[in-house]
Amino acid sequence: MMNNKEIPDFRFTPTIDKVGVEERVARIQTKSIKGESKVQGMKMILNMIDLTTLEGKDTPGKVKQMCYKAQHLHSQYPDCPTVAAVCVYPSMVKIAKDALGNSNIKVASVSTAFPSGQAPMEVKLMDTRFAVEQGADEVDMVISRGKFLAGDYNFVYDEIAAIKDACGPARLKVILETGELVTLDNVRKASEIAMHAGADFIKTSTGKIQPAATMQVTYVMLMAIKDFHARTGKMIGMKPAGGISTSKLALHYLWMVKETLGDEWLSNEWFRFGASSLANDVLMQLMKSKEGVYQSSDYFSID
Amino acid sequence: MSKDSKKPLSTWNLNPAPESTEHIKLKEQYELFINGEWQKPTAGLYFDTVNPASQEKLANIAHANDADVDKAVKAAREAYTNVWSKMSGKERGKYLFRIARLIQEKAREFAVIETLDGGKPIRESRDIDIPLAANHFFYYAGWADKLEFAFPNKKVESIGVAAQIIPWNFPLLMAAWKIAPALAAGNTVVLKPAETTSLTALKLAEIIEESGLPAGVVNIITGFGDTGSALVNHPDVDKIAFTGSTNVGKMIQKSTAETDKRLTLELGGKSANIIFEDAAIDQAVEGIVNGIFFNQGHVCCAGSRLFVQEGVAAEVIQKLKDRIDTLVVGDPMDKNTDIGAINSQKQWESISKYLELGVNEGNEMYQGKCAIPEKGLYFPPTIFIDVAQSSRLVQEEIFGPVLTIQTFRTVDEVIQKANNTPYGLAAGVWTDKGSKIFNVTSKLRSGVVWANTYNKFDPTSPFGGYKESGFGREGGLHGLASYLK
Repeated sequence: MMNNKEIPDFRFTPTIDKVGVEERVARIQTKSIKGESKVQGMKMILNMIDLTTLEGKDTPGKVKQMCYKAQHLHSQYPDCPTVAAVCVYPSMVKIAKDALGNSNIKVASVSTAFPSGQAPMEVKLMDTRFAVEQGADEVDMVISRGKFLAGDYNFVYDEIAAIKDACGPARLKVILETGELVTLDNVRKASEIAMHAGADFIKTSTGKIQPAATMQVTYVMLMAIKDFHARTGKMIGMKPAGGISTSKLALHYLWMVKETLGDEWLSNEWFRFGASSLANDVLMQLMKSKEGVYQSSDYFSID
Repeated sequence: MSKDSKKPLSTWNLNPAPESTEHIKLKEQYELFINGEWQKPTAGLYFDTVNPASQEKLANIAHANDADVDKAVKAAREAYTNVWSKMSGKERGKYLFRIARLIQEKAREFAVIETLDGGKPIRESRDIDIPLAANHFFYYAGWADKLEFAFPNKKVESIGVAAQIIPWNFPLLMAAWKIAPALAAGNTVVLKPAETTSLTALKLAEIIEESGLPAGVVNIITGFGDTGSALVNHPDVDKIAFTGSTNVGKMIQKSTAETDKRLTLELGGKSANIIFEDAAIDQAVEGIVNGIFFNQGHVCCAGSRLFVQEGVAAEVIQKLKDRIDTLVVGDPMDKNTDIGAINSQKQWESISKYLELGVNEGNEMYQGKCAIPEKGLYFPPTIFIDVAQSSRLVQEEIFGPVLTIQTFRTVDEVIQKANNTPYGLAAGVWTDKGSKIFNVTSKLRSGVVWANTYNKFDPTSPFGGYKESGFGREGGLHGLASYLK
């Protein structure tokens, strides 16, 4: 946990100009990422993916198959990287952990009554402890958006700090659910609260609410991370989740990280994509850059 | 790549992404476009136009003398008297719409040529210069048949022959700013582009030819200061519109003093960009970058004097340094370039002198970390920190990627300092507080004031200066009024 003396007054977090952010992002999206730099970027993207299944209908079978895919994205591509992690519900953590063995791929578990977070504190703590006991390397918690919107920043802060405590050695990703926070000012404020309260990562969305991740929201969170780092010297990771399904968009996200935070953040220790369908689009582009022609989606496994 | 998912990767850089030049058509030699024909210059003189990035020659350009200017003005007069002033606004509008559409169709070719000839990044010519030029024609095309509604209770009348002289920083865009309202209002035109950037104006002449515009309505003549001087002093010119340096503007005003020629001048600037401590800082930093490094700082309204409130000065300067380090200086044809080539050797030397001056004055200087290409005219983005109002760096227009930073304490102080200049073209105000925007913007003596943005242009919005930044407005209805009696 952070030293309490460092906690700022969250009513006075920096303001964000939406129009300015849109222009900044539009300019990043004019970047032309081609040739070798595209291949290098796409390999990084694959290696930053949190391959995700978060459904009521998840079963051990489904999770095991996804874990195989996580380790063998596309055997036709030589030296294909693995994904960074798989992301599942707490009840599936053990299954995933066993399926991944000693592959170095992390298991991330959502917790705190994901996705709504509408449960008592005790339940959220139990949820988190259970996930960690089952072997989760990372915990993806949700903040209490209702409390945040009602101005109860202390509640939100204390909750994150308590969950961080319960995580033990597991790294904590804090989901802001930016689609429910609506304004970029709120996104900035929630980012600050999460980082000060002990988040290792800040994450945009659950994937259950629209809009999920956008480049604008991610830009605001990256700049919050940059400022936090300048102030405290502590690096915080970033995870946009939901809505990133094409390689071109993911490359622009990655370039945005490079332009705002620099090369130090360009590894899966500090940047992740929460996505389920992105991997295959990237694989398709990688094969195209190798073979010169596009292959049909039937040549790429869906797990 | 190893299976170790934690291993950090090496640095990631972009491959060169040059825009193709294959689709453009350039002639080896360009003549003068007079009376709908390509005419050889009377004296048979030509000059080279070169690519400032590679220093390679692009084409021969005709150098018009007094006799050529006279031919062009006569052609414009004849077209005015016999054709254009008699044509209905509706018909005039059709030609303007056609020109606008042809610019759009050839947008890519225009963008590439603009960048080759002028040195500005292809990103800017593609996304800003060319689309805006087309939009100016579209906008004024719409007014051509509605002049009496544009100026109610007034009998509107065209003026006659307009002599228009434009600068090298936005070659096609300035041609559009000048030609479109003149034609919509029923005037005919003799236009002279700057000697270093004639090509897109000559390509525009090709489009005008293709559009079937009656001969002599638009004449485009190329040359140096002597050509411009002959045009300004021609007795049969009714109206002069000049965009360029304040010195030349003063000369033009003197030479027209004893004539009945109408005059509008859009001249230099030393515009203040003001950051208050309650601004959205990251977006303000981006606005500073857009304000001064847009088009290598070759912008009359460039936000070249930065004022930062002391409470946030350290933060703003640090963030600005970080952002400057990410700017790519280099090949203007590369789609990822942010800052292209300085337009001419002369301009490069002029900027360098100011740099030397700033260093000799003992100011703290910071320059972007991007490696500069060895060949070609390049200049790194440069900031001078804690400069005084009494420094020449703050007082004189540098017209390059050089920013001065001054700090301030109160609203009154910054308004006073922002207005303490012979110029008054533009200003920027950055604050999250609406009432502060209204207060400050109403007290700044400059023709354009942007709030929480900078360097935004639109055909519907008038643009022009106070004091030594000139008089008259271009764009919007104000711009149309300058071409009507």
